Amino acid sequence: MAILLTKDSKIIVQGMTGSEGRKHTQRMLDAGSQVVGGVTPGKAGQTVDFTGAALPVFGSVAESIAATGADVSVVFVPPRFAKAAVSEAIDAGIGLVVVITEGIPVHDTVGFCAQAATFPAGTRVVGPNCPGVISPGASNAGIIPADITGPGRIGLVSKSGTLTYQMMFELRDIGFSTCVGIGGDPVIGTTHIDALQAFEDDPDTAAVVMIGEIGGDAEERAADYIRANITKPVVGYIAGFTAPEGKTMGHAGAIVSGSAGTAEAKKDALEAAGVAVGKTPSDTAKLMREIVKSLS
Amino acid sequence: MDLYEYQARDLFGAHGVPVLPGRVVTTSEQARAAAAELGGTVVVKAQVKTGGRGKAGGVQLAATPQEAQRKAAAILGMDIKGHTVHRVLVTPASDIVEEYYLSFILDRTHRTFLAMASVQGGMDIEEVAATAPEALAKVPVDPVAGVDARKAAEIVQAAGFPAEVAQPVAEAVRRLWDVFVAEDATLVEVNPLVRDPQGSIIALDGKVTLDDNAGFRHPDHAELADPAGQDPLEARAKARHLNYVKLNGQVGIIGNGAGLVMSTLDVVAYAGQAHGGMKPANFLDIGGGANAQVMADGLDIVLGDPEVRAVFVNVFGGITACDQVATGIVQALRILGDAAAKPLVVRLDGNNVAEGRRILAEAAHPLVTMVDTMDAAADKAAELAALTFVKGA
Repeated sequence: MAILLTKDSKIIVQGMTGSEGRKHTQRMLDAGSQVVGGVTPGKAGQTVDFTGAALPVFGSVAESIAATGADVSVVFVPPRFAKAAVSEAIDAGIGLVVVITEGIPVHDTVGFCAQAATFPAGTRVVGPNCPGVISPGASNAGIIPADITGPGRIGLVSKSGTLTYQMMFELRDIGFSTCVGIGGDPVIGTTHIDALQAFEDDPDTAAVVMIGEIGGDAEERAADYIRANITKPVVGYIAGFTAPEGKTMGHAGAIVSGSAGTAEAKKDALEAAGVAVGKTPSDTAKLMREIVKSLS
Repeated sequence: MDLYEYQARDLFGAHGVPVLPGRVVTTSEQARAAAAELGGTVVVKAQVKTGGRGKAGGVQLAATPQEAQRKAAAILGMDIKGHTVHRVLVTPASDIVEEYYLSFILDRTHRTFLAMASVQGGMDIEEVAATAPEALAKVPVDPVAGVDARKAAEIVQAAGFPAEVAQPVAEAVRRLWDVFVAEDATLVEVNPLVRDPQGSIIALDGKVTLDDNAGFRHPDHAELADPAGQDPLEARAKARHLNYVKLNGQVGIIGNGAGLVMSTLDVVAYAGQAHGGMKPANFLDIGGGANAQVMADGLDIVLGDPEVRAVFVNVFGGITACDQVATGIVQALRILGDAAAKPLVVRLDGNNVAEGRRILAEAAHPLVTMVDTMDAAADKAAELAALTFVKGA
């Protein structure tokens, strides 16, 4: 078991015919994911050859679902077309949309998040501007390298891609149930809280690492949520203690505005909720290692 | 991107939010001419992207064109919280009966938009929110439905605007929403929105933040960028499509991925405590494809900062392979030649790390030190920076 993504997940790739889409479709296939096709408007009927598979291209998400039973979409389309692509996937009723695209205007993201919210039991959006979701050994939907680590008992939720890889690497001997890259944009579809609750409900996850960074109050809200709802041990890491006020640090959402969104405030909130927060990524891994040891 | 007041005023005007006429000028002589053209008493306002300019003397009344010239001469070149004044806005002085507040913002927490309005405008709204929260109405806006006449009326009512201005304020609310949506803004704020003795509603000062990601929809927004107001190294990095933020420290930082680079800054600052308080000099994310040219461009920018004493290159090979990064570093040092004269601490890990380390070891560049872990590498970089810091001093 895992969260969001299992070995039975059937994945379509929106933007599979582009260079990034093609490259990462191959990597997903290599990781053992069931990629069942691609969607590119205007290119229905084409086939794209991969090592080990030849995948059909559909003209719409609805057609791809009808033909393949796909329940996950990974979106690689450029920012200009991303809103239409995600919106179409939600309309088609797909269960999970993983939006890898970086640089989507926030008005567009607010729009498709609002749309997803009007389908109560409908689509979960992960991202945008995220590395995707991986359940090691089972399936990979996105661009997280599949060879860093194998399956295990740790769950990971992170705003940052490379810090996700770093943490998977540090704890590669223990392994992960699922790693969820939720993305570094100011508005994202799936939050730390959503992932934490899913890990809480997942019998195969024993403990959770959550990685946050400056900007917004998602980590503070996660801290409140943990205090009230999460019984499994959680270890935290926050990036951006040295970030100056008013500067966007790479991720569109990583900005300290006035006194809001500081790393210090997030760390304090998590610690107040009983979450051990590491000083560095390797220190954080060490904390998790001790917890896992104490559990077994 | 934050806009200057005059740019915000232009956008407001273009979307029908009532604003005063005005002239943006860069010399005191032009200010005199602008005052003469506008006639009567004018206000000369420093154009800086920071608050508190009034307290700093950056907003002055002038009764005559000659006085406007004198006031502009005093304001131009003034330093307001580290921002040098290069332009002033000259507008007619207006009689103010009441000052209000109006804004639309992106509400990250609730993944939607928020209207804020208050009849206590003119002061810092964060102060109003802290001292008299009941005076600041916050009304969520459905991003799909937007703001129509009924929603505008709801916002006006929630803030308790006087009945006699409800109609024109509601109209301003709708127009301001147009600015917010049509221009892809994440903040549009009018403070103060004033009522003059004739009962007119005027946006007297405003702030706009535009979404940089939406630039492809707004080719005209590129003109609003302000290279002169930017740090020269940041401007140079931007021209090369590098994500660089200048800080005030001694250890130059290059890494891949925004989160890892932020973390690297923190780890360096932490390690620097044991090495004379060395701090990170910059944020630089070279992204996924760390080829030789990108690495050379990155090193060039970081070494262009005279405060930098040592550089820490911290790469975790996820999709990028470490051998490509190592080759990139070796070639970058070749491209830069004698221009690279500061010690480089390199930490590589992840995808194809053995080959990457082999390439760097074989190149045996005298400036390069390889360290295997992020914490130890940060410590080494801070140590080297502290050493040359003492020598150079």
